[in-house]
Amino acid sequence: MSCGTGSCSCKTSEPGIDAGRRAFLKSGGAFTTVALTSTVTLMAFGEAEAAPQAALNAKARWGMLIDVAKCGDGCDACVTACRTENGWAEPKNLATDAQWIRKVTLTDPKSGASKSLPVMCQHCASAPCTDVCPTGASFKRADGIVLVDKHLCIGCRYCMMACPYKARSFIHEALEDQKPHAPRGMGTVESCTMCVHRVDAGQIPACVESCAATGGGAMMFGDLNDPNSDIAKRVAELSATQIRADLGVDPGVHYVNL
Amino acid sequence: MTRAAWTFLKLAAAAAIAAFVALAPASAGDAPLPEVPKAAAGTQCVREPEFMRRNHMTMFKHKRDMTVHDGDRTPEFSLKECVTCHAVPGADGQAVKVSDPKHFCRSCHDYAAVKVDCFECHASRPEKTGAAFLDNPHDADVAALSAYLKGAAQ
Repeated sequence: MSCGTGSCSCKTSEPGIDAGRRAFLKSGGAFTTVALTSTVTLMAFGEAEAAPQAALNAKARWGMLIDVAKCGDGCDACVTACRTENGWAEPKNLATDAQWIRKVTLTDPKSGASKSLPVMCQHCASAPCTDVCPTGASFKRADGIVLVDKHLCIGCRYCMMACPYKARSFIHEALEDQKPHAPRGMGTVESCTMCVHRVDAGQIPACVESCAATGGGAMMFGDLNDPNSDIAKRVAELSATQIRADLGVDPGVHYVNL
Repeated sequence: MTRAAWTFLKLAAAAAIAAFVALAPASAGDAPLPEVPKAAAGTQCVREPEFMRRNHMTMFKHKRDMTVHDGDRTPEFSLKECVTCHAVPGADGQAVKVSDPKHFCRSCHDYAAVKVDCFECHASRPEKTGAAFLDNPHDADVAALSAYLKGAAQ
């Protein structure tokens, strides 16, 4: 019942309540200060403890350099390594089965000359997939790796349509026994993660490792932002190109001899 | 009816009701409490069981964002670590998947009738499964982590 009805005793007791309220607010104010102080202390303590645990290097831009001249025509060491590392099966139905990385053969119809190269998520600086994602599931980490947060993905597949490189796949059927470091499941979109679990542990992606070990040594991984890194130097030296550089999405995967 | 017979009937009825009341809790069919499998020997949970029972889902939700977005792959509150310590050996000596009712998570979730969505994407058992792994699940992970942390400190 409101005071406007005149049937309550608000008016007569107002000074008393006011005094009480003021006293309460004053004590509350003091309490807030104490609480704030202790929160700040706790926060500072928490940050100091958490700092060495953060694996992400926000100053880096992880990228790859692929020398197409060294990439063997029949070699699929990178594809096999990716499948083993991340647990996706050899695609049987190319229209629906997941493919994180594939070998693409380009043939010049005039001369008949052909080139073979691996194509995967290009980890664009301005990734179209992240632009169109309605839930924020497609995102770019601070170190340039483009991922799908499957906790947020609703499986709408806009990102698959937006990607100029056809790099993403949708999981149509229920899976089990996934790799513990590479969760993947029905109703979500996925793509190359640049082996983010390995990068966070200071290792290089499985495809790069396998290309060096059993392939042609055509792939290089590193920090494009660090001018002293091997990859940054080689990208500059060899004037490496990006696939469909004209789109202006600035892929993190660079190619030479393409 | 004689007075004695009437008394007898009343006593018999009272006895029948007492017997029914005494038996009622058992016959009503209380759901048996879940048998939660023990974690791997020699492992220590990140928090007390009382805390974990109430808060594990909140901790997972917090940790998952830190892992996916910031690359924080420390073991505390990582689902992978939970699944590793709480792997339950099946009949074949391998850790059971979530499809088996003996799975650690399912033992409680079935009782509480709460659906677990985690394992639609996440592995529900450790990758290196089998008796040898269940005995000592942490060696490889701890060695890798300490090597990495040493590298990062330099």
